[in-house]
Amino acid sequence: MENFLLLIQKPDNVPILAMLFLIPYFMWLAYKQARQTDRIGVPSDAALNDKVYVWPYLCRNEFICAIIVMLVLGVWSIMIDAPLEEPSDPAKTPNPSKAPWYFLALQEMLVYFDPWIAGVVLPGLIIAGLIAIPYIDINPKGKGYYTIKERPFALVVFCFGFIVLWIVLMIVGTFLRGPGWNIFMPWQYWDPHKIVPLTNVNLSYLFGIRDATTANFFGFAVVAGYFALGPIFYFWKYKTSRFLQELGLTRYVIVSFLFLSMVALPIKMVLRLALNIKYVWVSPWFNI
Amino acid sequence: MNEERKGLKEKITNSDIWKSIFRHGYEKTGRRYTLQVLQNVWLHLHPPRISRHALNFRFTWCMGGITFLMFLVTAVTGVLLMFYYRPVAEYAFGDVQALEFDIPFGMLLRNMHRWAAHGMVISVMLHMFRVFLTGSYKKPREFNWAVGVILLLITFFLSFTGYLLPWDQLAYWAVTVGTNMARATPVLGHEGPFAPSDITQSNDVRFALLGGTIVGPSTLLRFYILHCVAVPLVASLLMALHFWRVRKDGGISGPL
Ligand code: HEM
Repeated sequence: MENFLLLIQKPDNVPILAMLFLIPYFMWLAYKQARQTDRIGVPSDAALNDKVYVWPYLCRNEFICAIIVMLVLGVWSIMIDAPLEEPSDPAKTPNPSKAPWYFLALQEMLVYFDPWIAGVVLPGLIIAGLIAIPYIDINPKGKGYYTIKERPFALVVFCFGFIVLWIVLMIVGTFLRGPGWNIFMPWQYWDPHKIVPLTNVNLSYLFGIRDATTANFFGFAVVAGYFALGPIFYFWKYKTSRFLQELGLTRYVIVSFLFLSMVALPIKMVLRLALNIKYVWVSPWFNI
Repeated sequence: MNEERKGLKEKITNSDIWKSIFRHGYEKTGRRYTLQVLQNVWLHLHPPRISRHALNFRFTWCMGGITFLMFLVTAVTGVLLMFYYRPVAEYAFGDVQALEFDIPFGMLLRNMHRWAAHGMVISVMLHMFRVFLTGSYKKPREFNWAVGVILLLITFFLSFTGYLLPWDQLAYWAVTVGTNMARATPVLGHEGPFAPSDITQSNDVRFALLGGTIVGPSTLLRFYILHCVAVPLVASLLMALHFWRVRKDGGISGPL
């Protein structure tokens, strides 16, 4: 318990505590407006052609907003001091060593994937995926207002990525990771000598494969089969789905690849946590 | 009563003293409102008029504006901090200590800089979340969304480079952990897959970022320059582009 209390009091963790309230608040705000649009429809054009002068109406809002934010920042800065620990010492590694809080979701991924995937490939895919969003989401509806009914798939995918895979992992990394990067519940004592038995095995081993070359091919087949789910779904549904026909092949390939890559993270987490699986694919060059 | 007040107001505004201070009255006309925005260097990025629903706090959450405000606060407090801070391994930690204990309002200055930076990270994430939820990235705003994603990365990178500067244990190890991943960059990192054999610890991407094989004095100088000069410059340019595009793309998105 005391370790958790210390963590909560760390000044650098204040932003995360704030997010615990801000995110639900804004989700509720968005949800309320989305429900309203979904029930009574989009506001009419007449209401929208109603123009107002920026000075004084917008400038006044900006001014009031700035004053409130500066007040909050001022109180925050007077009440809580920025941390300063011992002078840096390359010989004294703290346990655990944590990245700044906004990178903890990435550090959390290191538990499940090798560094080149967790630290380089997945962040790269996140960036590329974010930039790609406007070009692969061809749904013309739901532009400029909150709605759930008109774009459920886009909302679910993005909220899963942002809320669960980014914010929640960040919170787990901040508050539940202790020495040795082991999970410690808030009420548990941080035992630096805690040993977690490493009984992890590779997926191929679980299937009784002992030979490295066969294991390599097996892993390749599993990963390739997983990503083949995309094309399979495409050919299965293409004839009957207007959505797929409008999306087109190029966009579909990108969407399904990004989607499957994103879902691979929670899948790997479940495999590791429930079945103690270390790698799905072990090859001479890299492991996944 | 109302008449009386009006009479008094007129008396005051017509007095010689009043007129000597204020050269002319304040006209409440559209022309005046428009010029107010167009002729002011700080306001002229705004259009003269916007649609009414763009004023609605519940729609924009004000988060883009707050992000920009936080950036301005860090810029001002950051310049003040630069007067007291030397990016040299021997001095850096002591200078931060001096800010805390010796320099008047030094602690407040440091707190404001740090918390505004954290605030900026929070608000930029919420801003992106709102832009997604309202579908505002759709045509014709696709490119501005892409600019936004780069701004998001730049915000993280600004915050991350600044994290090292206090040169304490917290800073040192957070940056060590954060930059360790660069070792594993495919092809370009010495521990990454497909790395050619002549890529070693002392010529891979991590070495380029750190100026050494571990976080050391040259890392401090590199991060300082990135943090105080290079990245803010790029960020400012991209923000200008971002705001310009918001306007060119037809102002804040709405259901039309
Ligand atoms: C340094 C970071 C950023 C700053 C200072 C900034 C600032 C702003 C401001 C002031 C607006 C006007 C509307 C509002 O306040 O919501 C805006 C709109 C917009 N921003 Fe950002 N932004 C930043 C980052 C981002 C990011 C990360 C994204 C998305 C990935 C993004 C995408 C957009 C888009 C698409 C609009 C148009 C919204 C609409 O028309 O409704 N921006 N930004």
